[in-house]
Amino acid sequence: MTLTASTRRRSGGSGLLMAAPALLLFGLFGLVPLVGVVALSLARWDGLGSIGWAGLANWGDTLTDGATWQALGLTVKVMAVSWLVQTPIALALGVFQAPRGRVRALFAVLFFLPLLLSAVAIGLTWQALLDPSFGIGATPGLHWLAQPLLGSPDLALYTVIFVIAWQFVPFHALLYQAGIRQIPTALYEAAALDGAGPVARFLHITLPQLKYTMVTSSTLMLVGSLTYFDLIFVLSGGTGGPGTATRVLPLAMYITGFQAHDMGRASAVATLLVVFGLGLSMLMTRLSGFTRMDSQQEGM
Amino acid sequence: MSTAVTRARRALTGATTLLWAAIVVVPVYWLVVTSLRTRADFTADSPLAPPGHPTLDNYRTVLDGDFTTYLLNSVLVTVATVALTVLFALMAAFAIVRGAGSRLSRVSFRLYLLGLAIPLQAVIIPVYLLIIRMRLYDSLLAIVLPSAAFALPITVMILVSFLRDVPRSLFEAMIVDGAGDWRMLLSLAAPLARPALMTVAVYDGLQVWNGFLFPLILTQSGDKAVLPLALTLYRGQFGIDVPATMAAVVLSTLPMFALFVLARRQLVAGLTAGFSK
Repeated sequence: MTLTASTRRRSGGSGLLMAAPALLLFGLFGLVPLVGVVALSLARWDGLGSIGWAGLANWGDTLTDGATWQALGLTVKVMAVSWLVQTPIALALGVFQAPRGRVRALFAVLFFLPLLLSAVAIGLTWQALLDPSFGIGATPGLHWLAQPLLGSPDLALYTVIFVIAWQFVPFHALLYQAGIRQIPTALYEAAALDGAGPVARFLHITLPQLKYTMVTSSTLMLVGSLTYFDLIFVLSGGTGGPGTATRVLPLAMYITGFQAHDMGRASAVATLLVVFGLGLSMLMTRLSGFTRMDSQQEGM
Repeated sequence: MSTAVTRARRALTGATTLLWAAIVVVPVYWLVVTSLRTRADFTADSPLAPPGHPTLDNYRTVLDGDFTTYLLNSVLVTVATVALTVLFALMAAFAIVRGAGSRLSRVSFRLYLLGLAIPLQAVIIPVYLLIIRMRLYDSLLAIVLPSAAFALPITVMILVSFLRDVPRSLFEAMIVDGAGDWRMLLSLAAPLARPALMTVAVYDGLQVWNGFLFPLILTQSGDKAVLPLALTLYRGQFGIDVPATMAAVVLSTLPMFALFVLARRQLVAGLTAGFSK
């Protein structure tokens, strides 16, 4: 008892010293900007000159601008459709990959490839691959792909969502695979003894046991899709186009701030992103009890 | 009856797997064969056919340019960021685990938990302002510092969950021997955490290597460009020379492919460690 008390006291001094570098660095570039973005949303700044006070003008402009709402709508659409597309595929791949074996391991290696590529590399590859004249649509039998998948305002967003899935499904499949491997086999054996069929076992054991994985994966997908930037930037040549067909919030922010040089309004859009992002992860955290990391830690 | 259902489920997951495998492999295959085609063959050949006249000229075109500059920049940025992140995160994680129950421990743990949810894109404008004011704009350090800062939360989390499992008796034995916190960190926590350190280093390295937003916003000159940014420059430079652009894409990915071959286990662990505990 006294031992713990004395170590605790001693780790007070060096503990602070050890925690300080990380806290300072993270505080400076992670936490200060969180406040800074709200402050800048009340400022007038072109990104180069001096910064002036703008009051609520940026907010008025941003919230009455139809483009903001369109970007928000597109963001929500990307989020929802991405979740609907990626979750079942990732779950199926996870279920397939979970048992150990050589063939499955080979597939696991294949599925890992997109995770090694940068979003820029993926964007450039798909852009060239989907070129209506020289891309994959020129292959006999695949001529139906020879249409402006990225160039048409009706198709571009769905094409983008597909490429996003290409990039991220393997990651979520890995999460599901890890989740499935952690389910105790005894549960299945007991259920089989009780006469539960495979569907019943999947519905009553696998899915409930994967609840935590599912919430984690969904949180990462939803919060992640708020911030898809790199890939859409490259696929649309930095415009969020054609027109504004793929101009999600982060793209709108980038274009307002770094192309139109209106950092104040861009910061207002960014503040929306912050609120949206933090709100969403807090909601998911509450739903899932993700803070149990915390209680585990406090239970030390 | 039930075996029929099992078979149906297996068929479904198996079919999804095969289909997705094709969807994953075809673009990667196309990327590689296209990078080996002559420009003439690129317009003439069927896209998925093997190259009619395989050539490494596209790679020569890329390597004759500034590729080595970009590669060196990427290596410097990645190594510096990973070193900084892992060192700081190890110290922070040790302080959190050893000081369990203290306010410092609880508050910093919460901050990093919050940090996991801060979208990079949302705070890029203040980060840009900070970097300008620190007179770091258009330098490699401008990429390193924010990249390390944003890698810290997940890195600290993974290391905390690892160090938490180290038996307390080991620490207590060292205290009896009169060891202070720094000695415990160096001669107990660090060696024990070696697998976890490898995992986070490999994971952070992959993220930084592929990072695009910080280089895009915080650097400007060609001689400061890292590979992902350079790829977008190539597109402008090579224009319709798609095979050369694809060769650049392949070259920029090779180091990560090597990492995958050498440290696949750490990569997989890193990707899932933070989230599937």
